[in-house]
This record gives sequence, structure tokens and C-alpha cells, in this order.
Amino acid sequence: MMTRLALSAGRRLRWTQHWLVLAAAVGLWQLWAQQRNSPYFPPPSVILPQMRQLWFSGPADHLFLTPDATSNIVPSLIRVLLGLGISIAVAVPLGIALGRSPAVTGFLDPLLQFARSIPVVTAAPLFIALFRIGTQMEVATIVAGTIWPLLLNTIDGASSLDPIKIETARAFRLSRWHRLTRLIIPSALPKIFTGLRLSLSLSLILMVFSELVGSTNGIGYEMSSASSEFNLPVFWAVLVLLGILGYLLNAVLYAVERLALRWHGAASQRAY
Amino acid sequence: MLKVIDLTRVYRQGAAAHLAIDNASFTVAEGELVTIVGPSGCGKSTLLRCIAGLMTPTSGQVVLNGNLVTQVPDRLAVVFQDYSRSLFPWLTVRENVALPLRRTQRKRHARNQAAESALAAVGLTDAAPRYPWQLSGGMQQRVAIARALACEPVLLLMDEPFGSVDAQTREDLEDLLLLMRAERGITTLLVTHDIDESVYTGDRVIVLTSSPGRIRAEITVDLPQPRDQISTKELRAFSHLRAEVSRLVRGQPAAPASQRADEHGSFGPSARPEPSGTVSPTPDTSPWTSTTPTAHS
Repeated sequence: MMTRLALSAGRRLRWTQHWLVLAAAVGLWQLWAQQRNSPYFPPPSVILPQMRQLWFSGPADHLFLTPDATSNIVPSLIRVLLGLGISIAVAVPLGIALGRSPAVTGFLDPLLQFARSIPVVTAAPLFIALFRIGTQMEVATIVAGTIWPLLLNTIDGASSLDPIKIETARAFRLSRWHRLTRLIIPSALPKIFTGLRLSLSLSLILMVFSELVGSTNGIGYEMSSASSEFNLPVFWAVLVLLGILGYLLNAVLYAVERLALRWHGAASQRAY
Repeated sequence: MLKVIDLTRVYRQGAAAHLAIDNASFTVAEGELVTIVGPSGCGKSTLLRCIAGLMTPTSGQVVLNGNLVTQVPDRLAVVFQDYSRSLFPWLTVRENVALPLRRTQRKRHARNQAAESALAAVGLTDAAPRYPWQLSGGMQQRVAIARALACEPVLLLMDEPFGSVDAQTREDLEDLLLLMRAERGITTLLVTHDIDESVYTGDRVIVLTSSPGRIRAEITVDLPQPRDQISTKELRAFSHLRAEVSRLVRGQPAAPASQRADEHGSFGPSARPEPSGTVSPTPDTSPWTSTTPTAHS
């Protein structure tokens, strides 16, 4: 009880600290930008109303989203989630299969290392040629970039199983299905989440990039049209929006990870 | 019920070959608790893994209830030394115990009930919804024992099960094992490097020597049941058996009968013992065992 109280007090303190630091940074930015008075660096007092007016001044029955928000932010988010979803759906099963067959992995390793070393952004023209401009091409770019950290981390996680746990599973004659769902996947999960965190931050970058090079809507598209029109408040509004989206997506992932790996932190702190 | 016949296990091949277990033969009767004791590295765990069907012997056979063991047999349960690695930290205690039952019991309710009653038997009724890492080491090993009991095994194998807990907990767990054995009559084979433990818990002690692991002697322990950590260990018969096993483990010749009498004589005239344990050299069935001195030098 004592520790729980102390913990929540500590957590509250951290929250306060976070918000104080953020507020101080915004305040400093405001002062600095006002003083400098450059069109390239608008102060928060210009950017925030711009964001509100652009995206969040819609009718209440649309959750206050403007048409601009639904036609740009929503497609971008769908692309990110779709790209990540496809990456997970491909990389996790494949990674587990490869992780459990070291011979095959040893065979494929040079190929994997080669493929993941290619910066995806340089391959963008190929994706445009393959998929033409549109959601397909953007999702393909996100998948092509995010699949590697996930795949390699999943292989790593699935191949480094504790031999005593494998022996336990054999001694108690667990079925193949239970070995997979009760042993291999939970064991690999911490590594899978490590890969997922890398892939998530990559996916935002690739989303913006793919929309910059070839798209007719989306956050990246809005950014490129704003910069070509020298509409700097909109450009900055998009930058801030990207920061907020990244923060929120990370927070969601962190919450899921904490829930899924409750055992991990606590178990590795004790006993071992 | 369990027969181990000329079991040999070699690791690696060619020049680097290492003979871990050399021509081991013994039997375990229904309901018996046999302990295997030997110095570390003597191949005890290898022997146990071959019996469990987790490892294939290089030559020789393991026969359980008339069936040759070629893979992990049905209704076998194993308790490993390293409970923190043998239990699954992502499952609750109840789920850990119930997991192996999924093969035989389709109904979730029945599985949970079996798990709960096994946990109750080891004194962990309240721990079911918790996670293994929330429990002490001794309690975790109780969970591992409950997991083994829940399978209702015909043969229980224990690989240094109490090697990683403190002395007090170890005694409690030894008594728990003896209690379970008395209640359920499960045939048990326990591997240990602790001489006291081998004598205290066993009906019979098999002594292994190291590199290569060979059976040096089998000693019948006829200490009274039920055993008690204090009064059993106080018995002269206990210290005698303990000394006997110690000598064998250390590779010293077993004491001849006359010397034994002297030893006991020093306790006082009333202490002249009737032989409490019988040392039987392993039968000379192979050239290997005949080269090993057993009962006399």
C-alpha cells in the first residue's frame, strides 16, 4: 500500500515535470520567435491557432475535425497503420519460423542483411513505377522500410529461447500449438516490441516521405504544398502535428507493451 | 516398473568424445523413491534426461512399465532444478500448473480444478492467481512440484530439485516430497549431489562416480518412516549411512565390517548397531563394473 502510494506520487511528479518542461519550451520559443520576428519561424501563438483553424474547427458531429483534417490526417494515419499492420502480419510469423530454424536463417542471413541495408527512400522511384501514385505506393514504401527491424528482432527473439523452458515443454509434452502460443511467442515478445518501436518511428518518416514524392493527399502532401506556396504557418502546423502524432502513437505502443509484458520487467528484476 | 539396462551416453564423437554415463543398470520398483547421488559432473542429469526420454542414450535401454522409452513417455513428470527458468513467467501460477493438462483434459474448469487441488496439496492455495516471479524461490519450486503432481504421473523425475533454495526451505521441501510420496505412492527418482538429502529422502541410494559416470553402489536405506528432519538425522543409522555414501561418493573404499563396528563402538556400549543399511556392490555384469571396487578394498 505504501509503495503503491509512493509510486503514484512519483508518477504524478513525473507528469508535472514533463508538462512543465514542455510549457517552458513553448514559452521560450514564443519569446525567441517574437523577438526575432522572422516569417520563417512563426511563434506558437501563430502556429496553434493555425492548427486549430486548419483541422480542429469542424462541426461537433465530426469530432470537430475539418474537411482538411479528414482528407489529409485520416488517410495518412490509415497508411501508417495499414503499413505497420502488414509488416507485423508478415514479419512476426516469418520471423518466428526463421528463428526456430537456424539452418535456414544462416542460409538467408546475407540476403536479409543486404536487403535491410538498402535505404528505402532511395528505392522510392521503383515503388512509384510498381504501384503508381496513391495509397498502394505509400503503404508499400512503409512496409518495405518497417518490415526489417521487426523481422530481424523477431528472428532474434524466437531463436534465443531458454533451453530449460524448451526442455520443460518437451517433458510435459506440450502440443506444437501450445509450444508456439505459450512458449515461443511470449518469449519472443520483448524483442518483437523492440522491433515494433523502431518500425513505428520509421513508419511516420516513410509516410511523410512517400507523400512528399507522390501523393494527392495526406500530411506529407499538405506539407509539400504549404512549402511550395511559402505558407509557413501551415508548414509549421504540419511539423507540430507530426510531433504530436509521433508522441501519441508511441504512447499507445508503450501502453500496449506495458500491458503485454507485465511479467517481463518484474520477472527480470527478480530472481535472475 | 522402471528398468535401466546398460545405459551409456557419449557426448560428441571422435577424439573429443566424452563418456558421460557408462553402462548404468538399475531398476526402480513401483512406489519406490530412489535417489541418485554423485559429485557434480558425474552425469546424473544426463542419466535422468535419458530416462525422461529427453535425450537418446548412445546405447542401452530404458524400459518403463514394459515399454521401451524412445520419447517422453505419457504420465511422466519432471521437476527441474532451476524453477525460475522452468516456470513460464508470462503465465499465472494456476496457468503454469494447468498448462500440461490441456493434452488430456479438454474442459477448462476441470483443468483449473486439478491445478487448484495440486496447489492446495503443496500448500499454495492462495498463490493461484499470482505470477511465479511474485513468489519466493521455495514457493516457486512448490509450484513446479504442483505442476508435476497435477499430471498424476506414474513416474516423477526430479533433477536436483532443491539445489537452489536455502537450507531451511530445502528441508521443508524434502518433507513435502516425502509427504506427497506417502499420500500418493508415486514412483520417484531424485537426482542430487547432497548426501544428506539422498539418504534422508531415499528408500534406496544409487551412488555414481564421476568421469565417466558409473554406478558404484546401491544402498538400501531402511530408516523408519515417516522420517523427520531432526529425529531421523539424529539416528546413528542415519549418520552411518551418510558416512557410507560419503566414502563412496569421494571414491574411498567402503568401510569393512570390522572398522564399522569400531566407529560405532566409540559412541558407547549401547550403541553397537544392528546393520541399518546394506551395501551391495553392483553385479559384475560388465567389464566396467568389475574394475570398480565397491564394498571392499
